[in-house]
Amino acid sequence: MEINVLIGGAAGQGVDTVAALLSKVLVRSGYGLCSHRDYMSRVRGGHNFSRLRIASKTPWCIGESADILVALNEETYTVHRSRLTEGSRVVYDPDSFSLPSEEERGIAVRLQGLAKESGSAVMANTVAVGAVLLLLGLNLTAAEELLEQMFAHKEGMVDKNITALKKGYSEASNHCSQCFSLPEKEAEGKRLFIDGSEVLGMSALASGCRFLSAYPMTPSTGIMNYLAGKQQYGVVVEQAEDEIAAINMILGASFAGVRSMTCTSGGGFALMVEGLSLAGMTETPVVIIMGMRPGPATGLPTRTEQGDLEFVMHGGHGEFPRAILSATHLEDAFYRLNKAFYLADRYQLPVIFLTDQNFADTACSIEPFDFQRLNYERYLVEQKDLVIPYWRYRITDDGISPRALPGQFPGEVVLADSDEHDEKGNIIEDAHTRRQMVEKRLRKQMGLASEMEEPVLYGHGEPDILLLGWGSTYGSLREAVDALEARGRKAASLHFSDLWPLPVKTVSQIIPSVRKSFCVENNATGQFASLLRREIGYEVDHKILKYDGRPFMVDEILQEVEKNV
Amino acid sequence: MFSSNCFITDQEIAWCPGCGNFAILEVLQETLAELELSPHQVLLCSGIGQAAKIPHYVRVNGFNGLHGRALPPAVGARIANSSLKVIVQSGDGDTYGEGGNHFLHTIRRNPDIAHFVHNNQVYGLTKGQASPTSDPGMKTKVQAAGVILSPFNPLSLALTLGAGFVARGFSGEKEHLKQLMKAALSFPGYALVDILQPCVSFNKLNTFAWYKKRVEILKNHEPTDIEAAQRLARKWGEKIPIGIFYEVPTPTFESQIPALQGKWGKEPLAYRHFDPNTLAHLQEEFM
Repeated sequence: MEINVLIGGAAGQGVDTVAALLSKVLVRSGYGLCSHRDYMSRVRGGHNFSRLRIASKTPWCIGESADILVALNEETYTVHRSRLTEGSRVVYDPDSFSLPSEEERGIAVRLQGLAKESGSAVMANTVAVGAVLLLLGLNLTAAEELLEQMFAHKEGMVDKNITALKKGYSEASNHCSQCFSLPEKEAEGKRLFIDGSEVLGMSALASGCRFLSAYPMTPSTGIMNYLAGKQQYGVVVEQAEDEIAAINMILGASFAGVRSMTCTSGGGFALMVEGLSLAGMTETPVVIIMGMRPGPATGLPTRTEQGDLEFVMHGGHGEFPRAILSATHLEDAFYRLNKAFYLADRYQLPVIFLTDQNFADTACSIEPFDFQRLNYERYLVEQKDLVIPYWRYRITDDGISPRALPGQFPGEVVLADSDEHDEKGNIIEDAHTRRQMVEKRLRKQMGLASEMEEPVLYGHGEPDILLLGWGSTYGSLREAVDALEARGRKAASLHFSDLWPLPVKTVSQIIPSVRKSFCVENNATGQFASLLRREIGYEVDHKILKYDGRPFMVDEILQEVEKNV
Repeated sequence: MFSSNCFITDQEIAWCPGCGNFAILEVLQETLAELELSPHQVLLCSGIGQAAKIPHYVRVNGFNGLHGRALPPAVGARIANSSLKVIVQSGDGDTYGEGGNHFLHTIRRNPDIAHFVHNNQVYGLTKGQASPTSDPGMKTKVQAAGVILSPFNPLSLALTLGAGFVARGFSGEKEHLKQLMKAALSFPGYALVDILQPCVSFNKLNTFAWYKKRVEILKNHEPTDIEAAQRLARKWGEKIPIGIFYEVPTPTFESQIPALQGKWGKEPLAYRHFDPNTLAHLQEEFM
């Protein structure tokens, strides 16, 4: 039992506001919710929409159909009418456009008119929310409370918005008393309604990240926005002149002693690879959140893709160790970004955290996070262990040199260098030292490999059908497994969060029992499938690839699976 | 007590005999000693090039990064630890060519950094191509018919962008250069010292004698007069003025960053205590 709501309109019409208000009311009322924004690369006009999927438990991904379509303009109806089912309802403004005469699912609500009657046309969004709440059979208590909180500081706005809400509710009731029955609520208790960018911003702050420098780039800007709004907690956010400055700035800050991060997308990462290589050579801990979107070049700026796995694995000149983690679902991402900071500090290297637009712009109802699980160890050399004179790149068995900060020990200095260097950090050119230093750095890869978490196996323990995936496709794969099992198939998904060094134990163990394997990826060439082949010599049976810039729908995966088993 | 010997390293210096950089190195070591700084209190950031090798020859903390990228790590380091005295040493190619964008925006930021540019008007490390400051007509293997690009005027540009401290020195005027370095290091904010320095191997045009004949120490110049400073910055030819062209402090980058003020006072970001549990309430806004 679930209900899917789609709200569409031109950019600037308030699609996000309607979606956000409705979502928060539903989550506060105890329903499980997952939502996703689909938007164009423009500020006004075009066609944007948000989808909400309401269920008892939080759904793992959004749904394809639209039980309630809120059409803020005619285009929304035209574009999405194929998503309507027999029982669907279309909320629209009769003063703005008319539905075709044969359309019997319309709920005419004078969104603009009622908003003006309530005090201002901008409240058309609130009117729409009132109408949807009526259709869902909810009362207005939670929405009224929310509006009171939201507009507490704007004189008169609380009353006006509540009036607008009630007018929308009342006008919709001319059409039906309650068109839908909501599923049963989840257990009570306060939950969060939060999107991917906000989760990562919060995790970074709570992981002790005290400096972010970035150049704005979709879909990573949300992370910078979140942190910029939290400077009262002691974090510095600097908008760099370019991505080259961004990564070099965080290298300097990290060298001097703060956990530092940047966030970008493919084009920005391309500019950063010189600095990435510098992080490798100077052994400076940094975290880079790389939010993928379709390329090459500027590609589809506001859409999703998993097309940069190979790029982040190989980006940067020369050979040096790095870790690559990815964002799967919201809960996991909170703790995994903390792990990224831990690995960067512990192993003194760059850690790339791979996400995408699908992850950044998906918001769900989730349980609060456990901040006690977060690590904030700095792994700096302590006075008692200090060997004088201090050498930044002392050769060690595990490749990790004792790290001190400039100024930490009076009389001792810290020298980092981008040239090949000796243990003190001074430039060298001799073959012996070069070999020693390359080997020292690469030895860290062994320790890193031991830190990698095996992928999550979901579904049947000895599956016939295995879906392999990574990153933000987690939810779609999980639901696909549920659907396959409901059809009597022995199916499972194996989903990777830690990507490099690739943990291969679980996949190697499970492969012999699998009859058909499918690698599901949002790219055109099957980059993860190639990585699996390279690392364990395994060739998946089928690749399910999607590269139109949109996230996977469960049905698309099911169709491909059924076609090939 | 404080002697320039404290700042000497055992590294073999890889500059050509007679290079103008030697004088700059010596003056820098003396300046640090006379300002009574200890090696661990100073951070030298550099990019790539002959000038950028200097962190290896001065015993202080060093971050010898990438070509053109000396300024961003210096800014990051200042944010992380405001108790470090941060100095950037770079060349004309490094700062005005590859790092041009960082040069522009670091001036706009105004971090408390002293920036000493070794300006020999030629690329030394890559063996003699033109630099952004090369005089028109200068012939090189690449600019075989002579330089046709207009020269980059770092001082004029810095003044235009609102830099608070703009100066020019000459490696052949060591005492004068030391006074400039001291003033730059004492200035609160971004301080640019463009240092004329002969490249004995590749610049046959702007030789030691060429500079020596032309440089003229500023006298009776009022360094708060922006118009006069701009006029001086455009002087290049038979007479080349050296000295402090402009010196008027404005609020620094660091002094305007919320996280570096208020309840934290001057405690460096790098050494602040932090406990993730204190931030669990951040979740409330999403409930």
